[in-house]
Amino acid sequence: MLANQIGYYSLILGLLLSVLLCGVSIKDLTRSSKQINKNVLSLSFLQLVFVILSFLSLIFSFINSDFSNETVFNNSHTTKPLFYKISGTWGNHEGSLLLWLLVLTLFIFLFLIKSREQPKKYRILTLLFQQVVIIGFFLFVLMTSNPFNYLFPIPSEGLGLNPILQDPALAIHPPILYLGYVGTSIIFSSSLAAVTQNYVSKQWAQHIKKWVLVSWIFLTIGIMLGSIWAYYELGWGGFWFWDPVENVSLMPWLTLTALLHCIIVLERRAALTSWVVILSITTFTLSMCGTFLVRSGILNSVHTFANDPARGIFILIFLFVLIILSLGIFFVFHKENNKSQNNFFWLSKEVSILINNWFMMYFLSVVLIGTVYPIFLDVISSEKISVGPPFYQKLIAPFLIPFLLFMSLGPRLKWIRSKIEDKNSLIVTFIISVMLTFFIIKNLTTELLFYTVLFSAAFFLFFITLKELFIKKFNNVSQTVAHFGFSLLVLSILFNGILSSEIITNIKIGEKYSYNKSEIFFKKIEEKKESNFNSIIAYFEIKDEKGKIIELKPEIRIYNQPVIITSEADIKTTLLEDKFLVMNLVKGNEFYNIRYQVKPLMVWIWISVLLLSLGGLMSLFKKRYEK
Amino acid sequence: MYGKKVKLRFIFLALILVSVILIVFLILQSLKENVVYFQSPSEIKSLIELDKKKIRVGGMVKEKSVFINSNEVNFIITDFKNEINVIYSGAVPNLFAEGKGVVAEGFLKDKNYFSATKILAKHDENYMPPEVKEAIGDK
Repeated sequence: MLANQIGYYSLILGLLLSVLLCGVSIKDLTRSSKQINKNVLSLSFLQLVFVILSFLSLIFSFINSDFSNETVFNNSHTTKPLFYKISGTWGNHEGSLLLWLLVLTLFIFLFLIKSREQPKKYRILTLLFQQVVIIGFFLFVLMTSNPFNYLFPIPSEGLGLNPILQDPALAIHPPILYLGYVGTSIIFSSSLAAVTQNYVSKQWAQHIKKWVLVSWIFLTIGIMLGSIWAYYELGWGGFWFWDPVENVSLMPWLTLTALLHCIIVLERRAALTSWVVILSITTFTLSMCGTFLVRSGILNSVHTFANDPARGIFILIFLFVLIILSLGIFFVFHKENNKSQNNFFWLSKEVSILINNWFMMYFLSVVLIGTVYPIFLDVISSEKISVGPPFYQKLIAPFLIPFLLFMSLGPRLKWIRSKIEDKNSLIVTFIISVMLTFFIIKNLTTELLFYTVLFSAAFFLFFITLKELFIKKFNNVSQTVAHFGFSLLVLSILFNGILSSEIITNIKIGEKYSYNKSEIFFKKIEEKKESNFNSIIAYFEIKDEKGKIIELKPEIRIYNQPVIITSEADIKTTLLEDKFLVMNLVKGNEFYNIRYQVKPLMVWIWISVLLLSLGGLMSLFKKRYEK
Repeated sequence: MYGKKVKLRFIFLALILVSVILIVFLILQSLKENVVYFQSPSEIKSLIELDKKKIRVGGMVKEKSVFINSNEVNFIITDFKNEINVIYSGAVPNLFAEGKGVVAEGFLKDKNYFSATKILAKHDENYMPPEVKEAIGDK
């Protein structure tokens, strides 16, 4: 009860502080002193404290199972383990918006502390733009998604959290993803501030690059966690399904990656100023669209959107206000800096980074069209369609070939004007890649030519970055690690794609299922009782072609609140391959439906994404850009 | 007449324009090929010509219609006006049950038989795909 009130009033105080902060900082803009008024900093800190207080009181209500709170009632249950009571806080619409707000205020406070060497007006304007976003979110939370609504009479038991969300990976996935999403808000506000101050310069790029990197790292890891979760929890036996919910997180990642590259051009060569600003605006807009689309349910259909028209309309208006505001500022204030050294030769680092950006924009438009087109079509013609994975694979895979080749050559080029050095070793590496590819995949696939070229390009990048890691010729280790990670990612995905095998069958207890020299034996089942679910554990023995026997124990869980049946896959992971077994119950039948998959190099997909993020991390802690 | 720089810039712009048009064309073309339409059993009944393309059918799993053997699952999807038989061999999602909503993806054999390649998993028992809700009306 009390926690509810504390939470609610902290939110209102936070909103009032936002307004106050705007007033104080506008006044401070006209002051001639070189440093920001101390009050601004303390007010910003106070705001953060109130949002934290509000968030903590929601967590407190969840821990105490205080069902007088509507959000807790809808998403929690007394028998749930403590860990999932806490993670349930952000496992729902209201709580996750509160988390957004928390990260927004946290980041602007950190920004103020970390940017002391920057011009005062620029810092204040960043704060102002960020406060516009923050006020929007405060209003959104308070008006349409208040996490502290009362329920009376107080129910004695909650409705429970959807069991598939009761999972360690998914407990930390939202906070990490949000750190990435919301990190882009700082990039957005600061690029707008920089535009108005005509400060889109080398110094600015150097300082904002850190924020770009931080967001990028969190976003990358956040997406990976979601993907790992989908792999073992949903039981579809893959890591990426081109599901709209996944796509919306990939879109800001693509623009952020593009930004990460072209900010370097700005930092070193003071070129591409408008492009950097446009990318910053786009990235944040896409992040916001992503969160809202997922949370408002619009992605399942436009109709669920209409369930709560207030939310949808608020989102749309807020988004439009932000877009118009930012574009307006961009066109009014932005001046192309004529003094910048805009001349560069066609063979240079600048051009190679531009090419990277062009590819990113292409990938973005493919994902965007595939995700938005069904929504669009439903609105205008109420025809219902879905766009499947073949669409994305067909449009992205061929373009990966030039992308990988440019990625191998680009980092070796110099600024302004360059020539390709070391041609012989490049050619040798290329020939090795092609031969290796041909040797490996000649018996594996029907589309030999296409795959040979694609694999060769991936191997080419793999060898070149590997060589550089050991010889350290170009010395930019963080970038090499990230690119190496990317080549590894592409290779593992490709091998995983063409070598995976799958057996689906219905089987009774005690039965054996044989297929080309392998055998699946369903030994027995065991039942077990936990506090919030009953589980059926099945024992399977699987003999592979070489006669090696492993035991897999997939599980079916029947949760009590809400009553939902979930399957827990059992996975044996080795460096070479994952063996994946998931079992489903068909009601009222003695048959169990099983899906057994052998997925080569699965673990390398996660490792390579970690390598990518490691590259980002190394770049973040690098003192200065190395020559 | 024009300087070399202007000419270069013109060629560059033309190149960009052409590639953008090509890409848009490419995307739209493969969109057309890879789109899966959703139909209810009633809509299928009223079809004049059978579609060779992959489609999705949604509705309720009819009570007492699920039969299972070692390599197939058979059931009937109904929208309470019309129904269609489904033959499926593949993984069944947990929330698949008689009297619950379902979406099946696959190919029509004729107006009464549908050979499914995938049954879509739903994550929430309260959630019903909007397509299904619409297909069975407000029931």
